[in-house]
Amino acid sequence: MRHHKLALCEDHYLEWFVAQTERTIRKYRMFRRDDRVLVAVSGGKDSLSLWDVLLRLGYQADGLYINLGIDGGFGYSRLSLEKIEAFLADRPEAKLHVVDVPTLYGETIPQVARRKLRGRGKPCSVCGLIKRHEMNRIAWEHGYNVLATGHNLDDEVAVLLSNVLHWQVGYLARQAPVLEEREGLARKVKPFCRFYEREVAAYALLRGIDYIYEECPYAEGSTTIFYKDLLSRLEAQSPGSKLQFYLSFLRARKDGLFKEQAEQVELHPCPVCSQPTSVPGPCAFCRLWNHQPATSNR
Amino acid sequence: MRIIHRDKEWELEGRMTVRQAIEKVGLIPETVLAVRDGKLLTEDTVLEPDDEVKLISVVSGG
Repeated sequence: MRHHKLALCEDHYLEWFVAQTERTIRKYRMFRRDDRVLVAVSGGKDSLSLWDVLLRLGYQADGLYINLGIDGGFGYSRLSLEKIEAFLADRPEAKLHVVDVPTLYGETIPQVARRKLRGRGKPCSVCGLIKRHEMNRIAWEHGYNVLATGHNLDDEVAVLLSNVLHWQVGYLARQAPVLEEREGLARKVKPFCRFYEREVAAYALLRGIDYIYEECPYAEGSTTIFYKDLLSRLEAQSPGSKLQFYLSFLRARKDGLFKEQAEQVELHPCPVCSQPTSVPGPCAFCRLWNHQPATSNR
Repeated sequence: MRIIHRDKEWELEGRMTVRQAIEKVGLIPETVLAVRDGKLLTEDTVLEPDDEVKLISVVSGG
């Protein structure tokens, strides 16, 4: 690890990785042993490694898999669930919730993206909206007060670069390792936010976690991957650049750089699903499926 | 030595480190992990002419 000026053998790397995760959880006061944590798992290296580490650390961590109905010619969603089931086979104590979007709502993500203008040929926006809604719904329905995602440092700095390039100060004000609980919204945490993507992949490989190597077919050519590539070129020339970029941003944010933008928008409960929304009337998720208050069965 | 990444393969001559081999095939060392015989390699590992190394992409996200 050039950025840490640190070289470790296999056993010590695994120990270091778990200890670093615990340190991050404590540093940002993400959660404690008595909190109930729901880990969003996709079958990829980040989420499965996160779940593994939280279980090793003795946290009450259950998983949530959202079947998006994405095929991509190789059964992407099916393969993702198979990896999670293989992970569970070795960890009988772990509990998994599965949300099947096509069964619950009648359409796959690509189908709903094609139907709505919001998709514009790329379903990523619709996908993000549905995942956020369903993660929050399952957290509240099953009494989890913390929602954990496997976002790593590379994910965070790619978003940070995008937000800086477009001076999205509202987004910058909300980009943090912890998003506190609000009325109807579970606390969101990112315990891997200080790990390089490569470090997480190394952990998964060394730990023997069989994850899905294939990328979501819709991620190909995405802006996020382009920004990650740019930042990795910078990192190759200047080790530690990504971590410094992120930590300097967090310090500036803590010092109040985006204080004005951090003023919280007022939230109202959606009249259909009761989840918080910033605009009056049905939330974006319910509008996606044309759910109306009068015909709501929830 | 043979370097494999996804559906691409390269033959490189001579001895060199993992990092040098990754750079030689035009990839960014920060975006891949190198595996030989199922074992993860550090980037300063010196590769021998008859080695076969698989490069695993670590970049994900859309």
